[in-house]
Amino acid sequence: MIHISVYYFGAISLILIGLYAVLVKKNLLKMLIGLSIMETGVNLLLISVGYISGRSAPILSEGVGPNQAVDPIPQALVLTAIVIGVATTAMALSVAIILYEKYGTLNVEEIRRLRG
Amino acid sequence: MVSVLKRSLAIITLLIIGYWIAQAFAGVPFGQDKMLVGQYYLNNVKAQTGAVNAVTAVVVNYRGFDTLGEVTVLFIASTGVGALLWKRKKERTARTEGSIVLTTGTRYLFPFVLIFGAYIFIHGHLTPGGGFPGGATIATGFLLLYMAFIVYEIPHKGFEVAEGLVGMGYVIVGLIGLMIGGYFLFDWIWQTWQLGTNNIGRLLSGGFIPVIYTIIGLKVGTELSGIIDNMIKEEVRE
Repeated sequence: MIHISVYYFGAISLILIGLYAVLVKKNLLKMLIGLSIMETGVNLLLISVGYISGRSAPILSEGVGPNQAVDPIPQALVLTAIVIGVATTAMALSVAIILYEKYGTLNVEEIRRLRG
Repeated sequence: MVSVLKRSLAIITLLIIGYWIAQAFAGVPFGQDKMLVGQYYLNNVKAQTGAVNAVTAVVVNYRGFDTLGEVTVLFIASTGVGALLWKRKKERTARTEGSIVLTTGTRYLFPFVLIFGAYIFIHGHLTPGGGFPGGATIATGFLLLYMAFIVYEIPHKGFEVAEGLVGMGYVIVGLIGLMIGGYFLFDWIWQTWQLGTNNIGRLLSGGFIPVIYTIIGLKVGTELSGIIDNMIKEEVRE
């Protein structure tokens, strides 16, 4: 057995739940929701890698010196990732809107050209 | 039968992938100090950027060029949504007004939502947040208007002009840095003018971080509002 922190476990579970939705669900919107859940899992995983026990957020106010703060870099990365995630989700949703207008359904098995 | 087979196959695949990821992360100790570059940023953030919030200092100051790319990605996404959903004639097609709670609440809350968004992005160098959450908050205000009133549309002309101007503003701030300091996105307000040197931790500090975050906030706000507008309106055939 491998021992990992409960934070890693939760984040990895979120990734897997999202991947399950992407693999199994037939409704496009549900697949996109799965993608969003996966994204959240990845973000949480990055954040928890940067966490250091007993330290506070990397805002150097009173009582928080450079040695009492967690790693700022994963948080900056995740800030970027969230924005890119919003952008890709918006694109994917507009593709879904077009598909619905064209085929009248969001079921990927009925949309013949997307079968696979 | 097929569905059960497919599901069990998916679950087995997921378990393998999960085991693999977990094994990779078993080698990453949780909660221990493993900072390399991060410690440098934390030690020098106040002296080099004047910001208190190390995360936004990394995003805007140390990695400002990446953030310009990020804003570009957001711009491309908003343009892409516009291009994908382009129709000859689009109008609001909602038939019922929002409930009285929604309309009244929107009428009173809208200015405060905008002020709160502006507060978030102006204080990006001091508090959690910054341009992207602030811009998203502003877009939320416009989403409220769209949901509450059936005829509401954003002022398209003004929004497009504002979007272009603030996008240009980011590059211009970077180019001024190039002229003064020798490289693109040099923090001229902090390093050359040294504005707010004894003011660290208050609003008027942080070099160009508040300036750039105001630009980013306005850009994200207008772009997300544009995306909302594109998604809500539908084609009208004569």
